Amino acid sequence: MVPLSYYLVLSGILFACGVTGFLIKRNIITIFMSIELMLNGVNLSFVAFAAHWHVLAGQIFVFFVMVVAAAEAAVGLAIIIAVYRTRETLNVDQVNLLKL
Amino acid sequence: MTQNPYLWLIPTLPLAGAAINGFLGRRSSKTAVTTIALAFPGLAFVLALWIAFGFSSSAAPYVFDLAHWIRSGDFSVDFAFYLDQLSLVMLLVVTGVGFLIHVYSVGYMSEDPSFYRFFTYLNLFMFFMLTLILANNYLLMFIGWEGVGLASYLLIGFWFQKDSAASAGKKAFIVNRIGDFGFLIGLFLIIQHFGSLNFTEVFSKVEPLQAETSGAGLLTAIGILLMVGACGKSAQIPLYVWLPDAMEGPTPVSALIHAATMVTAGVYMVARSHVIFERAPIALTVVAIIGTLTALFAATIGITQTDIKKVLAYSTVSQLGYMFMACGVGAFSAGIFHLMTHAFFKGLLFLGAGSVIHAVGGEQDMRKMGGLKTYIPTTFATMLIATAAIAGIPPLAGFWSKDEILWKAFESNPVYWVIGAITAFITSFYMFRLLFMTFWGDYKGIQVDDHGHAHATHGEHGHGEPHESPMVMLVPLMVLGLLSLVGGLVGIHNGFEHFLEPVFGGEFPKAITEGHSNTEWLLMGISVLFSLAGLFVAYILYVSKPYLPQKIAASLGAFYEAVLNKYYVDEIYAKLFVKPLVDGSTAILWQGVDRKVIDDTVNNAADGAKHVSDEVRHMQSGNLRSYAGWIAAGAAVVIAYMVYLGVAR
Amino acid sequence: MLSVHLILFLAFGVVAVAGAVNLLVQRHPINSALSLIAVMAALAGEYLLLGAEFVAAVQVIVYAGAIMVLFVFVIMLLNAGVEEQTKGSRVALLFGIPGMLIGSLLVGWVVLRHSGTEAVAAGAMPGPPKAIGDQLFHEFLLPFEITSILILIAIMGAVVLASKPPVPGGGPAKKVND
Repeated sequence: MVPLSYYLVLSGILFACGVTGFLIKRNIITIFMSIELMLNGVNLSFVAFAAHWHVLAGQIFVFFVMVVAAAEAAVGLAIIIAVYRTRETLNVDQVNLLKL
Repeated sequence: MTQNPYLWLIPTLPLAGAAINGFLGRRSSKTAVTTIALAFPGLAFVLALWIAFGFSSSAAPYVFDLAHWIRSGDFSVDFAFYLDQLSLVMLLVVTGVGFLIHVYSVGYMSEDPSFYRFFTYLNLFMFFMLTLILANNYLLMFIGWEGVGLASYLLIGFWFQKDSAASAGKKAFIVNRIGDFGFLIGLFLIIQHFGSLNFTEVFSKVEPLQAETSGAGLLTAIGILLMVGACGKSAQIPLYVWLPDAMEGPTPVSALIHAATMVTAGVYMVARSHVIFERAPIALTVVAIIGTLTALFAATIGITQTDIKKVLAYSTVSQLGYMFMACGVGAFSAGIFHLMTHAFFKGLLFLGAGSVIHAVGGEQDMRKMGGLKTYIPTTFATMLIATAAIAGIPPLAGFWSKDEILWKAFESNPVYWVIGAITAFITSFYMFRLLFMTFWGDYKGIQVDDHGHAHATHGEHGHGEPHESPMVMLVPLMVLGLLSLVGGLVGIHNGFEHFLEPVFGGEFPKAITEGHSNTEWLLMGISVLFSLAGLFVAYILYVSKPYLPQKIAASLGAFYEAVLNKYYVDEIYAKLFVKPLVDGSTAILWQGVDRKVIDDTVNNAADGAKHVSDEVRHMQSGNLRSYAGWIAAGAAVVIAYMVYLGVAR
Repeated sequence: MLSVHLILFLAFGVVAVAGAVNLLVQRHPINSALSLIAVMAALAGEYLLLGAEFVAAVQVIVYAGAIMVLFVFVIMLLNAGVEEQTKGSRVALLFGIPGMLIGSLLVGWVVLRHSGTEAVAAGAMPGPPKAIGDQLFHEFLLPFEITSILILIAIMGAVVLASKPPVPGGGPAKKVND
């Protein structure tokens, strides 16, 4: 029997790894993948709670999260392609035209 | 108190005239401007006459409530007018003499390009002066007080393109302001202790109070403060310095404002507040001393002046001193009597001087005049009457009023009488000096083709000989001459005093002695003697032996220089007060407060904002990872807060 | 204590964490992508343990099968190389890492303190996928429809954003009609 807290801790670890990746990585695509990692961590906690409280709504929410993640990934990668075309680089530190 | 619904028309008619001329006058024809300018004050005069004829001494004073004004708790002030015997006298003098001077100005200012502006200001002045006289409370009177000060400033600086005129206007206003400061504090005291500024209310509250014979008290303070205000407005020591400079204005202005009416506002105010003064003997003494000293002081300066208008200016200051002397010894009706006769003969003197100036093409220096009695006989005749009047030669007007004052002064304290008599001698001397220098001897003026002497921007015609003024200027002279001849006769058998008794009577009536005691006849004789002596000395010095004045002046040396330079009072004031004030203002208020505090605060606030934003803008780095860092940090803060909230439960 | 459930949980969990850490460590994005696929597979296992078959299946099909494949395609398309070591932002390291640590530690502390030892049974999820379908088309119909529109918009956006910029002179080169 696995206590609920174990699931939540695992979910938290995954989320923390995602945030760290977002902060320390310089490749845009890798940053995007860290975002996906964060979403996965959250999905896990949704499902864990759904199972804990015997409610189906958690799963359905995970379903929606995945749909949105898919849409976001599609659009985001398209943007990355567009950025690569103009800036010729995937290094996020060099995409700083908005600097004051 | 009886209602009189027409009272308010008297001030507002000139106001309407001022408004019409002010807004429309620039593009109107001279005839139109003249008609408006004369019609409204004329109407006001007719109305005043009508009210005077219908005035019954037994009836209580007329009042008219125009509108509510201030209602603040228990304190209330209204726009309301009040007419008793005192205001009636002032009213007739102001409207009558005012109207005559308006008529005169039509001729005097006929060639001035700002014709309409002159009459706008003049009508405006009439409005404020009449408000001052007819007000039924101190605050409305103060409005008139300030308003005549404003009109005086505008009119003194009428030819404002001249620096000296503009400065003179400023000086008049500023010195007046100093007096007004004292006046205001007096008013504050009245409000604080009597809860009202309405004449009837205040005086009814003051009447039961004891006279402050044992020392200074509230009423003394109020009295002295009111007197400070009167010193400013009526040019007494130490605030008289503006009046000689005010001669920069056109001569009708000098006649109306600085001789007949505005400068008498102080006397009127003191007379109106007699209830307060009678219960504050120290304040009364102060009034008397100031008046007496000023009378003597100004008369001595008048001896040496060479500008015809300056002599008359100092003469006005001196005569005002007489009026205050009268008030100071408790003879308020005598002071008002002299006010009335003074309006006649001083107004005439100024108008006559204007006629002289007009005749010689703008020259004001008497040393360049002379022998004019053949050229301008009518002016000469009227000025002769006026000079005799002011010198106190019976039976002209000045004799009755001045003698009344001297007698009452003697009754109070012989010292006043001595100084007053000496001043009368000096007055007679310098006035006849003026007359002889101007009208006797040979004409020393420059004849053909010489314009642009010192002062006048007043129509130099470039004609050869001095010429008489037009009728429109001469008729007022003649009317005033007539008044100076017979105006004093109302004083016979104390008629004037009886008329004003309901006003000045009350608890401290000066027993109106019917008939005259022997002392009085004696004193009367002495004063007439002094006047004739002045005439005689002036004749010797300026007609028979004209070389004498120079020798006397030379022998007096430095003392003569001092008197000639008005005892250097202006210079002393400049050093003592004006320069430190200007320097202090420049250093402290301008550089210190305005620049360093106000400007710098604003500038530094702007700079501060700029610096802060300079620092903060580094947050907008365009760098994705730094944004992510901030987001993570912020999220941590929010989580911490929520945990704290949850745990604290 | 040491049930099969727990062992399986730990196994999948270790794989997931290892994959996540590897994602951080690797320098080439393709390696990170493959690690992420491993994480997702492990998570699918976790979902199965919890009895959420439908979600597990969807995870593998959609997430690992479609989204990650998309990522890999893009990496290949853009010829992404080894990551450069540029100095980026000090703030990210100075504030971000500590912030993240504090946040996660706080959450962890709350979780561990408040949720006792109630266990989640294996396969505790109620109902078969049929029940999910029921709920999806009844209570959650509106979000369902909206997300379908969302996907539509995402498709259009992606196509527009990623298409080649128009050739100056307008349109694809036309063949001259002979």
